[in-house]
Amino acid sequence: MSLFDKRLSEIHSELTKKQLSASELVEASLKRISEVDQELHAVITVDEEGARRQAKALDERLAKGEGEFGLLFGLPAGVKDNIVTAGIRTTCASKLLSNYDPIYDATVSRKLKEAEAVIVGKCNMDEFAMGGSTENSGFYPTRNPWNPEYVPGGSSGGSAAAMAARQFFFTLGSDTGGSIRQPAAFCGVVGLKPTYGLVSRFGLVAFASSLDQIGPITKNVEDAAYVLQAIAGHDPYDSTSAKVEVPDYLSALTGDVTGMRIGVPKELIGEGVDKEVREAVLAALKQLESMGATWSEVSMPHTEYAVPAYYLLASSEASSNLARFDGVRYGVRADNADNLIEMYKETRSQGFGPEVKRRIMLGTYALSAGYYDAYYKKAQQVRTLIIRDFEQIFADYDVILHPTTPTTAFRLGEKLDDPVKMYLEDICTVPVNLAGLPAISVPCGFSASGLPIGMQIVGKAFDESTVLRVAHAYEQATEHHKRKPEPVRG
Amino acid sequence: MSQFETVIGLEVHAELSTRSKIFCGCPTEFGAPPNTHTCPICLGHPGVLPVVNRQAVEFAMKAALALNCEISRETKFDRKNYFYPDLPKAYQISQYDQPIGKNGWIEIEVNGIKKRIGINRLHLEEDAGKLTHSEYGGGSLVDYNRVGVPLVEIVSEPDIRSPEEAKAYLEKLKAILQYTGVSDVKMEQGSLRCDANVSIRPVGQKEFGTKTELKNMNSFRNVQLGLEYEVERQIQVVTSGGQVTQETRRWDEASKKTVVMRSKEEAHDYRYFPDPDLVRMQISEEWIEAVRQSIPELPDARKARYVQEYGLSSADAEVITISKESADFFDRATATGADPKAVANWLMGDLFGYLNANSLEFADIKLTPEGLGEMIKLIEKGTISTKIAKTVFKEMLETGKNPAAIVEEKGLVQISDEGALKKIVDDVIAANPQSVQDYLGGKKQAIGFLVGQVMKQTKGKANPPLVNKLLAEAIEKL
Repeated sequence: MSLFDKRLSEIHSELTKKQLSASELVEASLKRISEVDQELHAVITVDEEGARRQAKALDERLAKGEGEFGLLFGLPAGVKDNIVTAGIRTTCASKLLSNYDPIYDATVSRKLKEAEAVIVGKCNMDEFAMGGSTENSGFYPTRNPWNPEYVPGGSSGGSAAAMAARQFFFTLGSDTGGSIRQPAAFCGVVGLKPTYGLVSRFGLVAFASSLDQIGPITKNVEDAAYVLQAIAGHDPYDSTSAKVEVPDYLSALTGDVTGMRIGVPKELIGEGVDKEVREAVLAALKQLESMGATWSEVSMPHTEYAVPAYYLLASSEASSNLARFDGVRYGVRADNADNLIEMYKETRSQGFGPEVKRRIMLGTYALSAGYYDAYYKKAQQVRTLIIRDFEQIFADYDVILHPTTPTTAFRLGEKLDDPVKMYLEDICTVPVNLAGLPAISVPCGFSASGLPIGMQIVGKAFDESTVLRVAHAYEQATEHHKRKPEPVRG
Repeated sequence: MSQFETVIGLEVHAELSTRSKIFCGCPTEFGAPPNTHTCPICLGHPGVLPVVNRQAVEFAMKAALALNCEISRETKFDRKNYFYPDLPKAYQISQYDQPIGKNGWIEIEVNGIKKRIGINRLHLEEDAGKLTHSEYGGGSLVDYNRVGVPLVEIVSEPDIRSPEEAKAYLEKLKAILQYTGVSDVKMEQGSLRCDANVSIRPVGQKEFGTKTELKNMNSFRNVQLGLEYEVERQIQVVTSGGQVTQETRRWDEASKKTVVMRSKEEAHDYRYFPDPDLVRMQISEEWIEAVRQSIPELPDARKARYVQEYGLSSADAEVITISKESADFFDRATATGADPKAVANWLMGDLFGYLNANSLEFADIKLTPEGLGEMIKLIEKGTISTKIAKTVFKEMLETGKNPAAIVEEKGLVQISDEGALKKIVDDVIAANPQSVQDYLGGKKQAIGFLVGQVMKQTKGKANPPLVNKLLAEAIEKL
């Protein structure tokens, strides 16, 4: 059994019994990166030296046997490159930030360090998390480990692909409209978007502040619960961080779904969803039914407005959030400007890719005098209606279940020229962000062409425990998560 | 009488005296070396988030309450988006449609006429940094120390009708902010700044004329000069058949003129929207009450007290209470038991004169209010004359010593011993027969010369009323 196949809790126990060392884990991770990442391009920066140094220090502590060992002791992590890491370059996959070395740690980076994880690398992504294929990376696209002709999804495509290819023991992504769940589905791994406010956003380079949330991408549900335990909790540096007790997520994984009531929105399982995907999800429902759960079709009547509302709100916030990248204090400043205005224009024209520019323009327009009420305000109203759709369902159901994506992964370049088609891919994931709810994507099958299919389980706010319980019970009863991509060529 | 009426509205920015910045923990202290009071948060590094300083909210509430504003029970922060190198995030966190305070007023008095000026709103926001344009070329330098210092913006209604009223409004506003202790209101350090909207209209017309916005007036004096110039300019434009253009103008201190900064077409679209990084704030009735209770006696109340309890004139009470330092000085001096009117006279005469002549503030002098009170009591007791008191006062300003010690040390005790003075009076009469003759001949003012001679002989220590009395008696007996 490969090191990478062990559950994180298992590795932790072997480490503390000194049957394993942090250095072994870090070396395994570095070796894997060197083997596959030439082709996958899932990683932007590898901190080889820092990781080895840290592993050595942890092993010395291990040898002395002193004190408590952190929950993530010695575990090599891949962190999406929009989460700032003091001392490790953080680029957001943007040319504009290609020289940015953070002077502080994101709260989650600090929490990883406090839990004694080893941050080995920073994962590729769509520039500033804008996109669903990682083709919008300012450096290079990431490829899907199941088939390098296909995209890994996005925007956390690097985190998902690297997890699928076992380059790290776990990775972190961020999810604004599906950016953890969709690539997890495309890459056949588990991706959890926690409730808005459960994990601190301090140090997550903001795309859309009211939607962004950091979460784990792992090879199985238990690992997701395990990592969430280490990164969740109130943060005084984030005003939108919730003051809630963090429950013991592992203890929620009982395998028991007896009496669990599952709602399946007809808008997200019918027309527009690939037959293969629908059948896989229906089979999963059947499986859960056989384990004592019940399910029935429900309706989310405002679903069709979710995508346009999402793109208005997210782009509006982004147009303001990304304004700070002006070349004045950090980042790559254009050197061919004669005056201030030109410096701004050139820096941003050269530094940002086309998708980022498109969204900044869209958001700027939506917030402009005379348009605010028709766009931004209207979108906020839609958001309220979508929240109500969920509330109505959760009055009678414990979780909502549907496909994570309408299709499996698409080919590189296939949708690049049609942004609207690309945006419509998000129909299953954005309502969850608009409502701030927790949702997980778990593998539930494969297409005939061998690409993974993911299903999404959505829960009530701060009820990650139930989401994880259902996902875990299903996963343990099935074999999909055990399948790994063929060794990547090269 | 002009055929035009002036309409002015003022926008005042005051920095709040919180110890730390509004959205991070950096200190707010003025005068530190450039960029030493900064952190990733106020520098707007990627990923940072703001957390609001509760003290800043409370200070804004306090200022709003002192300005008779209603407090919004629910309030929020919005982003004002624009690019400028002194604004690290390229947006300023401000308040758009739910300011902390609204619908207030303050009372001013100009030429004995009292008037209320409405306050449209008071909102909380963060300050920007400071740009220095290098005179040696090579671009501009930015100091981010000031970024994130909490500000309140106080917007008046267009109720002001003259530059004098504008000045009176500013002085009263400054006093109120100073009394409440929420701002140190130092215009020269930029902790108080003022912009104005100015328009004119024919007397009797209801509609407002086209306004111009006036910026860069960095002292009360310049506000008045700038407004006077701008009103005159607009009248010139209109009377010569032109139309006032809506634009932003800058007061140029060197040329004493207002000059165009930007036209209406160049005005920003700030694209305000609620800041998603900050949660909406609920302000409870209890919190409002607690803040209200913490507001000290304000200038108007103190002024009324001085008039009622001490019998000061309204004008004198206004002069003393317009600055908290002088009002506090007055109260402490009066607390010694000295006559309040005498305290007021010394304060407004000798002390203000000294401070103005030397460009000093209360904090710079050694004289204590208690010292002044004791000195006045020495005059009242007849220990020293008013004339000697001037010497004592000067000494107190320089050394801060108590007046009794100065009098003792310098032997300045007034001579009120009739026997001792009688001899000197007789000598003076004998030595100045001509003056005595003049006096007897009806030139009553001639006695002044004789008093002066006695004072000279006693080195100014003789009790003047007593000398007068003794001289008159002695001459009558001749």
